[in-house]
Amino acid sequence: MTELVFFTNQVLISGLVLGCIYALGAIGITLIFGILRFAHFAHSELMTGGAFIAFLLASAFAAWGIVTPIPTGFVVLPIAMVLAAILALGIDKGFYAPLRRRGAKPVTLLIASIGVTLMVQGLIRLFFGAGSYSFFENEPKEVFRIDMSAVGSTRPLVITEPQLLMIVVTLISVIALHYFLTRSRLGKAMRAMADNADLAQVSGINTALVVRVTWIIAGALGCMAGTMLALDVTLKPDLAFNIILPIFAAAIVGGLGQAYGAIAGGLLIGFAETLAVFNWTMVLRPLNAVLPEWLQLPSTLALVPTEYKLTVAFVILVVTLLVRPTGIFKGASS
Amino acid sequence: MIQRSLTLFGGLFVLILVVGWVMGLPFTSSRLVEAAAYALIALGLNIQWGYGGLFNFGIMGFLMVGGFAVTFISAPVNPVFWGSDGPMMLGRALLAFFIGALLVLGARQSERIGIRGGWKTALTVLAWFIAYCLYRSQLDPAAAYIEGLGGRDAWIGGLGGHPVLGWLFGGVLAAAIAFVVGKICLGLRTDYLAIATIGISEIIRALIKNMDWLTRGTLTVSPIPWPTPLPQEYQAGGMNIASSLIAARAGYLILAIVVLGIVLWLISRAYSGPWGRMMRAIRDNHIAASSMGKNVTARQLEIFVFGSVLMGIGGAMLVSFVQIFDPSSYQPINHTFLVWVMVIVGGAGNNWGALFGAILIWLIWVVSEPLSKAVFEFVSMWSTNFGWGAIPEIDARSAQMRVFVLGLVITIALRFAPRGLIPEVVKREGVRN
Repeated sequence: MTELVFFTNQVLISGLVLGCIYALGAIGITLIFGILRFAHFAHSELMTGGAFIAFLLASAFAAWGIVTPIPTGFVVLPIAMVLAAILALGIDKGFYAPLRRRGAKPVTLLIASIGVTLMVQGLIRLFFGAGSYSFFENEPKEVFRIDMSAVGSTRPLVITEPQLLMIVVTLISVIALHYFLTRSRLGKAMRAMADNADLAQVSGINTALVVRVTWIIAGALGCMAGTMLALDVTLKPDLAFNIILPIFAAAIVGGLGQAYGAIAGGLLIGFAETLAVFNWTMVLRPLNAVLPEWLQLPSTLALVPTEYKLTVAFVILVVTLLVRPTGIFKGASS
Repeated sequence: MIQRSLTLFGGLFVLILVVGWVMGLPFTSSRLVEAAAYALIALGLNIQWGYGGLFNFGIMGFLMVGGFAVTFISAPVNPVFWGSDGPMMLGRALLAFFIGALLVLGARQSERIGIRGGWKTALTVLAWFIAYCLYRSQLDPAAAYIEGLGGRDAWIGGLGGHPVLGWLFGGVLAAAIAFVVGKICLGLRTDYLAIATIGISEIIRALIKNMDWLTRGTLTVSPIPWPTPLPQEYQAGGMNIASSLIAARAGYLILAIVVLGIVLWLISRAYSGPWGRMMRAIRDNHIAASSMGKNVTARQLEIFVFGSVLMGIGGAMLVSFVQIFDPSSYQPINHTFLVWVMVIVGGAGNNWGALFGAILIWLIWVVSEPLSKAVFEFVSMWSTNFGWGAIPEIDARSAQMRVFVLGLVITIALRFAPRGLIPEVVKREGVRN
C-alpha cells in the first residue's frame, strides 16, 4: 500500500494540480482562437499579470491586517479576476482591435501578441525586478497529512491547502463555464461565432459583444490559473512565460477552438509530464524480492530524466500535430 | 524607393557614429560584429518568411546548433577523452541508435508482410519504445562515464579545427536538422508551424543544455579560438590595450562583412531569378502555384533548409566572437523574437530591409539599457530633490527595459509601418515604380 500512496502523492495529485493550471490557461487560448482565429501568445502575460495583481491585493490585505481563514490569495482571487479581465479588454482595445479593423491577417495578430508579451513582461520586470515572491510570507502554508496506516501504508497522503482549494475552484469554474456555454444566450452566441463568424453576424449576433466577453473570460481564467500556479510554487516574472508552450500543447492536443478539448488536453499534458519523470522503482521495488539477481531494478527507472520534463509536452505536441492535427475533439486544422 | 533606402541607411550610419562617439570605439566595434552576425541570421529568416512565407519561430534552436558546431570543430582536442573507454562506449551507443532506427523503419514497412491497420500502429509504437530503451541503455552509461572523467576533461572535447570550418559545419548541421524539422512540420498551417517550431527549438535547447558529455552543458566551454588574430596577439606585438581591442575586432568585423556580402549577393541573385519568382508565387498563392506544376512542399522544404543554414552560420559566428558557448544564455526573447522584430521592422521580403532592421534593432537593443539607466538616474535625481527618495535598484531595472523597448518597437511598427521601413518592391514587366 505504501507504494500506492506514494504513487498518488507523486503522480495523481501533482499531475492533477498541473493539469488544472494547464486546462485553465488552455481554455482562454482556445476560446480566443475560436472567436478571433489567432494564436494568442500574450496569454502567458495575462496569467503572470493576473498573479501579480492578486499578489498586490493580498499584500494590501495583509497590510490592513485582514486575516482570512483560507489563504489570502484565494480570498482576493475574484477581485483580481475582475481587474485582469479589464486588463485583457484594454490590451485588446489598444493592440489587437486596430489591427483587426485594418483587416490584418492572423499571422500579424500573432506577431502583435508577441509584442504585447514583451511589453507586459518588460513592465512587470521593471516594477517587480527579476526575483521571486511568495504568497505565504505572512501566513503559513497548511499541509494536510492524512494518515493511511488503516490501509497498511507507512506513508501519509500529503496535499497542501492551496492544492486542495485549487482543484475545487477549477472544478467549479469549469462547471460554470459549461453552463454558460450551453445554457446562456451569450454562450450560445459564442459557440455560433466560433463555428462560423460570418453566419453568426448575419443572423443578428452582436459579434463585438462576443469578442468582449471572450476577452473577459480569457482574462479572468488566465488570472485564476496564474494565481493558483503562484500559490502552488512561487511568483516570478517569467512564471507563465515558461509554461505557455505546454499550455498551447494542451489546447492543440484538445483541438483548437474546443473548450472541453482544452480541459482534456490540459489534464492529459499534466499527467503525461508527471508520469514521464516518475521513478517507477519506488513502486516496483517489492518485485526485487522475486526477481532474479541479474534482473534487479536500477535505482532510477524513469521514462525520461527529470531535466527533460518540459520537453514531454513538446513531444506530445509534435506527435499530435503529425498524427491527428485536429486534436482529440476535432478542432480547427488546416 | 531607392532614395528612401539611402536616407534610412544614411541615418543608420549617423546613428552608428553617435553610438561610437558616446559609448567609445571598443564597445561599438564589438556591437557591430554582433550586428553583422545578426544580419546574417535576419537574412536567413527573411528567406524563410519574406520569400517563402514560412513561420519559423525556432530560430533559437538553429543558433544553438550553430554554436555547438563551432565549439565542436574549433575547441582544442581533449586527449583524456580519446585515451579513455569513452569513444568505444559512444560507438556502441551510436550502433544502438542505428539498430533502433532500423527497427522503426522496419516497423513502418510492415505492411509488406501483411501487417496492417491497428496492428501496424501498435508495432510501430513498440518499435519506437524498444529503440528508445536500447539507445538509452547504451548512452546513459557512456554519458555517466564521460561526465565522470573529471574537471575540464569531462566532455568529448573539440577537433581543433579552424573556426571558419566550424561556421561551415554549423551551416551543414543546421541544414540537416532543418530538413528533419521541415519534413515533420511544413505541412502544418502557419500558426501551428510557429508553435511546433518553438517546441522543437525548446527540445534542442533542453538536449544541448543537459548533454554534458557532448557540450559540457551549463559548465560552458571557453575559450573558443577566433578565426582572426586575438587582441592578446596584437598586445604581444607591443600594441596598447585599447587599440589592440579595436584592431582585433576590426579584423573579425571585416571577415564577418565579407561573409555577409557574399551571402547577400547570392540571395539577391536568387531572389531576382526564376527561383525567387517561383518562391513568391508559392508564398502569395500556393494553390495557384501547385496548379502550375510547382512542387510546393518540396520547395518550401528547400527554402526552410536554406534559411536555416544562414541561421546556423550566424549562430556559430556569434559564439566564436564571444569565445564562450553557454547553453543557458539562450532565451527565446533574445534569440527568436529579437530576430523577428528585426525582419518585421526592416521589411520582410527585402534583403536590404532585413539588413537595415538587423543593425538598427541590434543597436536599439544594446543601447536601450545604458540609455534607460541614464534616464532613471536623471529621474531619480529629481525625485530625491523633491524628497520622494531615489529609485531603488537602477541597474537591475534598466537591464529589463530593453525587453519593453523591443515590444514597443514591434507594436509601433505593426501599427504604422506594417510592411517594414524598407518594404518589398514587386517588379512588374512594363510598369515603372
